[in-house]
Amino acid sequence: MRIAIETARLIDPAAELDRVAGLYLADGRIAGVGAAPAGFVADRRIDARGLVAAPGLIDLCARMREPGADGALRVEMRAALAGGVTGVVCPPDTDPPLDEPGLVRMLRQRSREAAGARLYPLGALTAGLKGEALAQMCTLAEVGCVAFAQSGALPDDRGTLLNALRYARTFDLPVWLRPVDATLAAGGVAGAGAVAGRLGLPAVPAVAETVALHTIFELQRATGQRPVRVHLCRVSTAAGIELLRAARREGLPVTADVSILHVHGVDTDVGQFDSNWRLDPPLRTQRDRAAIRAALADGTLDAICSDHAPAALEDKLLPFGEAGVGATGLETLLSLLLAWAQSDKVPVLRALSTVTCGPARVLGEDTGTLLVGRKADVVLFDPNETWRVNSESLLSYGKNTPYLGRELAGRVRATIVGGEMRFERAPVGAAA
Amino acid sequence: MPDSVVNPQLNADGELHHLLSLDGLPRAIIERILLTADSFISVGSREVKSVPLLRGRSVFNLFFENSTRTRTTFEIAAKRLSADVFNLNIAASSATKGESLLDTINNLTAMQADLFVVRHSQGGAPHLIASHVAPHVHVINAGDGRHAHPTQGLLDIYTIRHYKRAFDALSVAVVGDILHSRVARSDLHALRAVGVPDVRAVGPLTLLPDGLESLGVRVFTSLEQGIRDADVVIMLRLQSERMNGALLPSASEYFRKYGLTPEALRAAKPDCIVMHPGPMNRGVEIDSRVADGAHSVILPQVTFGIAVRMAVLSIAASSARFQ
Repeated sequence: MRIAIETARLIDPAAELDRVAGLYLADGRIAGVGAAPAGFVADRRIDARGLVAAPGLIDLCARMREPGADGALRVEMRAALAGGVTGVVCPPDTDPPLDEPGLVRMLRQRSREAAGARLYPLGALTAGLKGEALAQMCTLAEVGCVAFAQSGALPDDRGTLLNALRYARTFDLPVWLRPVDATLAAGGVAGAGAVAGRLGLPAVPAVAETVALHTIFELQRATGQRPVRVHLCRVSTAAGIELLRAARREGLPVTADVSILHVHGVDTDVGQFDSNWRLDPPLRTQRDRAAIRAALADGTLDAICSDHAPAALEDKLLPFGEAGVGATGLETLLSLLLAWAQSDKVPVLRALSTVTCGPARVLGEDTGTLLVGRKADVVLFDPNETWRVNSESLLSYGKNTPYLGRELAGRVRATIVGGEMRFERAPVGAAA
Repeated sequence: MPDSVVNPQLNADGELHHLLSLDGLPRAIIERILLTADSFISVGSREVKSVPLLRGRSVFNLFFENSTRTRTTFEIAAKRLSADVFNLNIAASSATKGESLLDTINNLTAMQADLFVVRHSQGGAPHLIASHVAPHVHVINAGDGRHAHPTQGLLDIYTIRHYKRAFDALSVAVVGDILHSRVARSDLHALRAVGVPDVRAVGPLTLLPDGLESLGVRVFTSLEQGIRDADVVIMLRLQSERMNGALLPSASEYFRKYGLTPEALRAAKPDCIVMHPGPMNRGVEIDSRVADGAHSVILPQVTFGIAVRMAVLSIAASSARFQ
């Protein structure tokens, strides 16, 4: 399939490209930018006037509900494509956890059959994610795990954690950790501060994050002269971001992401116990959000993820402290990203880097760009088209989002993975 | 991008439809409840202890968390208003069978309930119920998690008003486990709402939540300083599971530092009153000589509590939901 996308506004953060031009795809790769390569004959020409063509989004955290719910992966992959996402990192907190090569093989097989986004599974760092015994990291890496994660809070047993980091370092395997100290976060359902105090909600103090970060960096240093590579999942506090900056300055090999909901939400959004805002990490203060936005703008944070956690609506029809944690997010990621860019006057090029070349760099992948020769993963979207978030418009099983009922700008029109048109909301521009 | 928060307790005419929290409740509504309670005080001392205001209405006491005292006072209040009262101890029935909270509510609504009096271990449960009940149904929060116990807050300011007449020159100290106390939160909101100029929270740092200052409260860690020249001292119950452990080393040490003894009480004004929401732990947060002493108004609190709950039930039930 050779596709010519003509007169699109091409935005490629990796190449600092933002201009109206043609984009040419052949043999699953980007074949030309601006001009078609010699002898290029398109099987399909798309008149993309008014649309943006950008590298497909790479989401560093999306739960696809498999293993666990049979058939769910196919549904969530459709949601990914509908959100312009061409690469999804799946955390290992599945049921059962991804700590067996057979499970990873099965997941990858189902992903191929679903023909959705590229799947990047994270293996469990410890067997059963229990934080006690090491998982078979090398074997899991051989079957396709891109990194190893603990998913929840840091294991209480710091000895095991240090061993896991050293073992991963031995084979140069990256480790993804959530900077949460389990004992300090225990029982908490809301970010510590005036709002939790007022509502009487058990709180997660900011020190649950900073103590965990100190622990992670110190253990990372203890893995040797060339320390293990660590990726921090969902940093949420201003103090945590300061520690991250210091670790970067020191030269520790560390990257970090934040969830799009923490780019927008603050603790006061919980209002009168709105359980759609029950998130992990919990929403924090205005000051923390400002620090997150600044760290995204200056590149301290590498990526924004959706932290996609689809769940039944009934899971949210419970008192705040008992309600399900998280939100569906693949399909709102792009719109919310554009909303942030607009409200903070961040150039779209910079904003898109947090979901394209930023996460690609974290993964060590050469995707997330429109450079000639790279994989042809492309999203076509209309930045101005508005759409209403509701149970009909969302393809994901999960309709659990604080944006339910809201109108957002930025609508994906088509998603191409490896040069293949895998999603079209409606047939896009047949060129005249 | 928050939507503007509307007060879920009020109907379109600004009348009290549900009572969920005193946080953000207009002062005019609080004062109306206090005035209405005045008119009910005498009912309890009459030969015929009831008025027909809620005749034919069904009040369901839904206690997802056990409580005998609060449930009983609501039951008495509803019966004195001539309502039909049904007590459901949900903790022992549906919840353990896995029925969801909202399914339980829908079932009971189908039984023609008019008012739900709800106690739940989770903060916000009454809000969730209030946002899902039929428009004619009223929800009264009888205590949710650590969040609110609005009728206790109201009866506490009613008691203060009874003894001190005016609020505008008072110093009121709330002492003890503020962190876990829904009573404390409702008291603090109530005291600020009626214009008490000096509201204090007193306790060890392990039992004080973040953000008290944002409620307009002065924070003290010393009992002596916290109740100095206070007109009112409200002692909070210390739950037994918190007495020995990660938050406090022992009940006896707590008593030495925060227990209200006659000696400690000398720091307060000579005519101060001492209150407690009950049940008391004598010798833990309060000395018996104070609990039973001349400054104590703990038993009158209970009596006023019935009148205040009658006022809340009758005012809420008389409002209509205009959509």
